[in-house]
Amino acid sequence: MSTVLSVRGLSKTFTSAGRPLEVLKEISFDLQARDTCAIVGPSGSGKTTLLGLAAGLDRPTAGEVVLCGHAMSRLDENQRAAVRNRDVGFVFQSFRLIPTLTALENVTVPAELRGDQDASRRAVDLLGSVGLADRTGHYPAQLSGGEQQRVALARAFINRPSILFADEPTGNLDADTGGHIVDLLFDLNRSAGTTLVLVTHDLELAAKTGRIIRLRGGAVVEDRPLTAPAVGVDG
Amino acid sequence: MSGMPRESGSPRGIAVTAWVLRMAWRDSRGSRRRMGVYVLSMVIGVAALVAINSFGSNLESAVDSQARTLLGADLSMESSRPFPDSVEAWIGTLGGEQSRRTSFSSMVVFPRTGDTRLATVRAMEPGFPWYGSIETDPPGAATGWLGHGGALVDRTLVQQFGVEVGDSVRVGTRAYAVQGVLVKTPRESAAVSLFSPRVYIPLAGLDTLLLDRGSRAEYETYFRFEDGRDVEAIVDTLGPKLRAARVGFDTVEESRENWDDALSNLYRFLGLVGFIALLLGSLGVSSAIHVYIRQRLDTVAVLRVFGARSGPTMAIYVVQSFAMGAVGALVGAGAGILLQMTLPRLVADVLPVDVAFSIAWGAVATGVGVGVLVTVLFALLPLLSVRNVSPLHAIRSTVEPASRRAFDPVRASVLSVVAVAVLLVAVMQAPSAAFGLAYAAALAFVFLLLAGVARLLVWAVRRYAPSSGSYTVRQGLANLHRPNNQTRLLMLSLGIGTFLIGLMSVTEATLLRQVAVAGDESRANLVFFDIQRDQADGVESVLRAEGLPVLERVPIVTMRLASVKGRSVADIRADSSRGETWQFRREYRSTYRDSLTASERLVAGTFVRTAEPDAAVVPISAERDIAADLGIGLGDTLSWDVQGVEVPTVVSSIREVDWRRVQTNFFFVFPKGVLESAPQFSVILSRAEDEAASAAAQQAVVRGFPNVSAIDASLVLQVFDAIFSRIEFVIRFMALFSVLTGFVVLAGAVLSSRTQRIEETVLLKTLGASEGQVLRIMIVEYVALGLLAVSTGLLLAVGTGWLLALFVYDTPLAIEAWTLSAIVGGVVLTVLFIGAASSRGIYRRPALEVLRAET
Repeated sequence: MSTVLSVRGLSKTFTSAGRPLEVLKEISFDLQARDTCAIVGPSGSGKTTLLGLAAGLDRPTAGEVVLCGHAMSRLDENQRAAVRNRDVGFVFQSFRLIPTLTALENVTVPAELRGDQDASRRAVDLLGSVGLADRTGHYPAQLSGGEQQRVALARAFINRPSILFADEPTGNLDADTGGHIVDLLFDLNRSAGTTLVLVTHDLELAAKTGRIIRLRGGAVVEDRPLTAPAVGVDG
Repeated sequence: MSGMPRESGSPRGIAVTAWVLRMAWRDSRGSRRRMGVYVLSMVIGVAALVAINSFGSNLESAVDSQARTLLGADLSMESSRPFPDSVEAWIGTLGGEQSRRTSFSSMVVFPRTGDTRLATVRAMEPGFPWYGSIETDPPGAATGWLGHGGALVDRTLVQQFGVEVGDSVRVGTRAYAVQGVLVKTPRESAAVSLFSPRVYIPLAGLDTLLLDRGSRAEYETYFRFEDGRDVEAIVDTLGPKLRAARVGFDTVEESRENWDDALSNLYRFLGLVGFIALLLGSLGVSSAIHVYIRQRLDTVAVLRVFGARSGPTMAIYVVQSFAMGAVGALVGAGAGILLQMTLPRLVADVLPVDVAFSIAWGAVATGVGVGVLVTVLFALLPLLSVRNVSPLHAIRSTVEPASRRAFDPVRASVLSVVAVAVLLVAVMQAPSAAFGLAYAAALAFVFLLLAGVARLLVWAVRRYAPSSGSYTVRQGLANLHRPNNQTRLLMLSLGIGTFLIGLMSVTEATLLRQVAVAGDESRANLVFFDIQRDQADGVESVLRAEGLPVLERVPIVTMRLASVKGRSVADIRADSSRGETWQFRREYRSTYRDSLTASERLVAGTFVRTAEPDAAVVPISAERDIAADLGIGLGDTLSWDVQGVEVPTVVSSIREVDWRRVQTNFFFVFPKGVLESAPQFSVILSRAEDEAASAAAQQAVVRGFPNVSAIDASLVLQVFDAIFSRIEFVIRFMALFSVLTGFVVLAGAVLSSRTQRIEETVLLKTLGASEGQVLRIMIVEYVALGLLAVSTGLLLAVGTGWLLALFVYDTPLAIEAWTLSAIVGGVVLTVLFIGAASSRGIYRRPALEVLRAET
């Protein structure tokens, strides 16, 4: 199995009110192709910061992220954007659809960015696979929360990414809708053979992954592969 | 790195361009109405530029095609003295058809009403104008008036004294029947009549007393050559001789160039005023795009997350700005063409030619080009922030943008390009490069000053806003500080228009009062001039009989400079390195007396009251500015040609003169005991308590002494008022573009903050605010905004007016309260109306419905 994501000694320090604030401390882990992993922890523990750094959205203060063979800290922002476009999928808690684009156009954006001529056909297929074949021409404001997140899922998979990052994908949805989205997420992930990294408060969702990394105060306090659903409560 | 998608390859580049264009179109969905309003702010500025430049082009064509009618002849000669025999001989040999004209200032009397008025009399022979024609009302009068020995008079006289066709007008001792009213004449625009109304009479039979020595007259001859001879060649040969004989001349080509220069200066000046509207529009677009981009941060972040590079992402919004600029400029060009049709009417008075309407495509292209360029450049400044949007913003909305570097070379480059572009457009539009640079600098100064005043006022409102009392008032005032509210920009854009209009109003009031004050107290307000030596006692007697005092009798002796500091004027004029100036050529009217007047102040040397009887060199006093122009100082010698007699003098003192007083002021004052026996005439100063007394005295003097002319303070006031109101009308018309742009920018700003306003309204209604309260908050906000904007402009206008009054006009500032109140009321009400209209649909609908419809 090849390593898709390698995180080594990752630290991030922000400056707050003129004083340094270390939000991530010496984080290290590797993920192989098709791995699924949940990053959990209380609010302010550094989950989202870790996700952002791992996905190449930001540069670490120290350490290195190697994503699909690319040492991200050696790339400039445009080069990192190219890596994200080709190898990374994203699902956000608040969907982040572009309000001026239809569902179909939202899905095609990442493919169009790489000049894919076949973007529309595949986007229609993907929307069909998430049950929105009849909603392709609708704008985000005309869709429910669940439908918007399904469009976001289709968008995340349009470029057949090596790795998918999902930030609280069910955080803005009710339990039933959230459950349906999770099923879709894992189905698509399995069929595409994508590595999955989830940030969540939802331990039930975390338990569906193969590995849980627990953060507290910016440091990993637990990193265990799952053979059975985890038990415990996060703050 | 290998395998990275690149845009440099051609197919890839085309794909990226296509994507950028597609995204620009898609991203504009839902914002196109707003963009339309942003575009409107450009439309007005471009319309002004296109209209004025197209009109200018039409004007140039008209001047070119009607060049002969501008002069009315192939060649003209003019002199302030009757042509000497040598010139008469040349005129005789030139042949062709000739027509003489003599022009001079004189009092004219309308016997039916008894009115008198100083006028410009043109005594004419048949023939002139050889090209073009005099237009009169009734039209037939233009052809027959000379034959009938009648007169044509300016419309001003008709309006002022109720003169009718058939009335008689007396010039000197001769009376002429008014045959018609002058509508249009070659060589001069109707605006001339503002200074001095014209009366055309036949040259034959002219009362020659009016042309006696001392009266200023212009002797002119107009030629027509039907043999097609080369007039420029004639002038090349004859020119130096004519100049030596102090005879001026004009050819069609010269006349065309003069008018071209003058008219191009006029429309270029108007264009500069219009340019302010374009700059304001650009600031409006820039500010609107700033808000627009802030609302697009999420989209930009998401695009970055999915791999969009910063260049293409920014290009999406550059394309949108370009499209906005292009649409705005094209619509503006269309509006400008419509507007172009109204401009000839606006400045018809000063135009010597009939301007035919045609679309000047060069001017249209320039207007569109400048509009697009300025829009895109001003939009680039806020768009640069797109570069700094972190993809992290997509997962953490509170992410701070990447900290700005102290020096951002790209931003600095864009700012430099903007500054250079504004300078270039100003220079291109201005009559001269120096004027354009000065204009751009002044504009930058005014903008910065307005921005400073706006900042100060906003700070004051925040600092001193009531902390208790009506909630709606407090909330309305607090709304001025709403993020993205563009309050200061609105104060600037509305302020500049009010500044221009306010400054015009304050300046006019100040100057009018200054002129009025000049007639106050015991100062002279009535001046009689061209009084011959043997008439002076008689004029004084008439005045005393009319009950008017003789405040001063001033002798005047005409003279020319013969040499300066030992060098003859002929030498100086021949010296090309020196640059011959009018001061060396002109005829001086000097006086002699033994004291300084109230309008004079000695700044150097000793004022010599009486010359020593046997002095070889006469000590004289020079006015400060003319001394500077001639390059002379204390102790320098001047030699004068006093009507054939050379008088050597030395500058013994320098005076500062207040030229604005109704008083006889002189460049050079001689001591007593030198010029008493020289040919001279007099000016008598008097004072009338009212217009009736002034009119009666003028009539009495003119009856007894037809060659004597008079000016009174009310006439000065009238002329000044007439001229100022023309200028003011044109400036106000152009300032209107700025005001309109300000209002459009306001509409754009309200639309930009629409989402925020909806959220506030929904929140307030959810918390229990009634519809009335929400409306009152809105009214307070817009009224406060209007007041702040108008205060910004008027504060600066009054401040500038005060500085002008203090340092330039040297008079107290005068303010017409009602005019300023009208400006305040007009702006505040319009702001309230536009604000309310742009907020339509936000305040009256139920909270939930609004949320569903708009978010």
